[in-house]
Amino acid sequence: MTDAAVPIQPLVTRRAHRSSPWWNAKLITGLAILGAILSLAIVGRFIVDRDEALIGANDVNVVPIGVTADPALGFKPHQGAHVLGTDSEGRDMLAVIVVGAPRTLYIGILGAGLGVALGTLLGFVAGFRRGWVDGVITTGTDVMLTIPGLAVLVVIASFFNDMSTTMLGLVMALFAWPIPTRVLRSQVLSLRERGYVQMAQLSGASTLRITFGEMMPNLLPYLAATFTATLAGVILAVTGLETLGLGSTRLPTLGTTVNSALQASAVFRGMWWWWGPPVALLIVIFLSLFLMMVGLDEVSNPRLRKAAR
Amino acid sequence: MRGITLRYLLLRLARFALTVWLGATLIFVIPRLSPSDPTDAILGRLAASGAGVDNADELIASYTKRFGLDDSLLVQYWHYLVNTFTFSNGYSLSQFPATVDDLVWAALPWTAGLVLVATLLSFLLGTLIGALLGWPRTPSSVRRSLPMTLVFTSLPAFMLGILLVYVFAYRLAWFPYAGAYSADVSPGLNLDFVGSVIHHGALPVIAVVMVTMGTWALGMRGMMVTTAGEDYMVLAEAKGLRSRRIFFQYGVRNAILPQITALGLALGTIAGGFVVVEAVFAYPGLGSLLYRAVLDNDYTVIQGVTFYLILGVALAVLVLDLIYPLLDPRISYERT
Repeated sequence: MTDAAVPIQPLVTRRAHRSSPWWNAKLITGLAILGAILSLAIVGRFIVDRDEALIGANDVNVVPIGVTADPALGFKPHQGAHVLGTDSEGRDMLAVIVVGAPRTLYIGILGAGLGVALGTLLGFVAGFRRGWVDGVITTGTDVMLTIPGLAVLVVIASFFNDMSTTMLGLVMALFAWPIPTRVLRSQVLSLRERGYVQMAQLSGASTLRITFGEMMPNLLPYLAATFTATLAGVILAVTGLETLGLGSTRLPTLGTTVNSALQASAVFRGMWWWWGPPVALLIVIFLSLFLMMVGLDEVSNPRLRKAAR
Repeated sequence: MRGITLRYLLLRLARFALTVWLGATLIFVIPRLSPSDPTDAILGRLAASGAGVDNADELIASYTKRFGLDDSLLVQYWHYLVNTFTFSNGYSLSQFPATVDDLVWAALPWTAGLVLVATLLSFLLGTLIGALLGWPRTPSSVRRSLPMTLVFTSLPAFMLGILLVYVFAYRLAWFPYAGAYSADVSPGLNLDFVGSVIHHGALPVIAVVMVTMGTWALGMRGMMVTTAGEDYMVLAEAKGLRSRRIFFQYGVRNAILPQITALGLALGTIAGGFVVVEAVFAYPGLGSLLYRAVLDNDYTVIQGVTFYLILGVALAVLVLDLIYPLLDPRISYERT
């Protein structure tokens, strides 16, 4: 028996490596799509002129490549550079997408990053301290979850005209922390009862050491899943806000493009190349985030992993 | 009531009050943090449009009085709270002489109907799909076809809304693309009107249900898998109970409780989602009112609608909190 175990050894380790829970098809597919969008937008910066995305930069109502223009509807035939056509305000749609997509993702990543950081801090404090501190944080979280964030964001955005993307990201973070706080608090409450954490406590490790040395490594999949969910939530909120006509308006984002298309009734004028690209890109972003969330769920939950196979 | 103690009731009421108060305070504080003085902007706007309005002076006076612009901030705050909680939010800036409260009460039934129908449908359908997916004895054909219903999960409802409007209202013209009922029916309890309302409400409801039911299905699937492994399920089967009874009375009944907690937590987000959906479908509810107010810089309506939205969601969560102990006999807030 021992003879047989020796040659098997390397095979087992390789298999163990490949079956690392992080090596998850859904998670990697989602990440890859998101990365592709980001890198396309970065490469696009060198091909597309940013000014083309401004109002009045080009001929209006130019149809995309390969589409026959109907002059009765006021559409102009395709022109060389405008692969995706132009809208009724003279913006080149390709430039709009290339400029808009990274701006939308930037707001999302900034808002979700800060929101999750704040939520992690509050979740840890609530889970560790318990008592009245926990009570205050939990009540605050529940109250903030009940208040419809989007409505308050509308109030903020309508009084602060034309916010920068950074400002928008910061404001988004104000409403992004409650769910991460809830998730982290419940995880900390459950982790601190585990043997290895109690062992560390008994051996006199400091709270900081326990937090980063013992708990954080085990919380990583939850943190990643919370960040992904929060990112989806922030992008949803900011595109919703922009679809209502608020937010950062000087340069386009995906949401402001949807708004300008809706305001100009592009849907009912057959100008699908106006509302189509931002909506399609947002759908791809949300689908890849959803894939990542399902993947991360399987990373942290072995039972789902078995069911998925 | 079984399971609800005075202490629980008071705690929940206190949280309700805290939510509404914090919401109202946010609405009061935000404009005052703005770099451009919004009250000046409002008065300037009034003065600019005042030429055509006979009651411009009265408007300005009412606005000045409502916010007591000469008083200290604390006094202003007090007056604001009193006015808000007595539902007198003053005049609309863009639709004088209508008051904010008139506009809100006119729009409220449409939003309430839409939210209620769509949220209930989504919750029930999603929970049923999730329960079937997590149930070991579901026929495999059903189990394989059900995930098809969840493809739109995670999309924003308003985005699916735009696609639905394009396909079903613009290309196919099966559904109207704006309003809550057509102009040629008289509102009232007659068949034409009800039919028209359903016809107009169908697309927004479908958009919301399609994107939200997946969340309920996924949550329910997880709970159902856990529940199916419990000892009492084995006992129920050993007793020879009918499988439909085991499914509903033993499985769903127990697995659904965390779903209801999740529903309470999601209501705020759900309400926010409806705002944009209504704007996309030009459905005459609170969302469209807010959308128009944003376009018109109608600050009083923006603040008013936001307050009513917060109040509505807080009330719904309160009701859910009070129902919850009745649904779950294991939970008792009586202290032993």
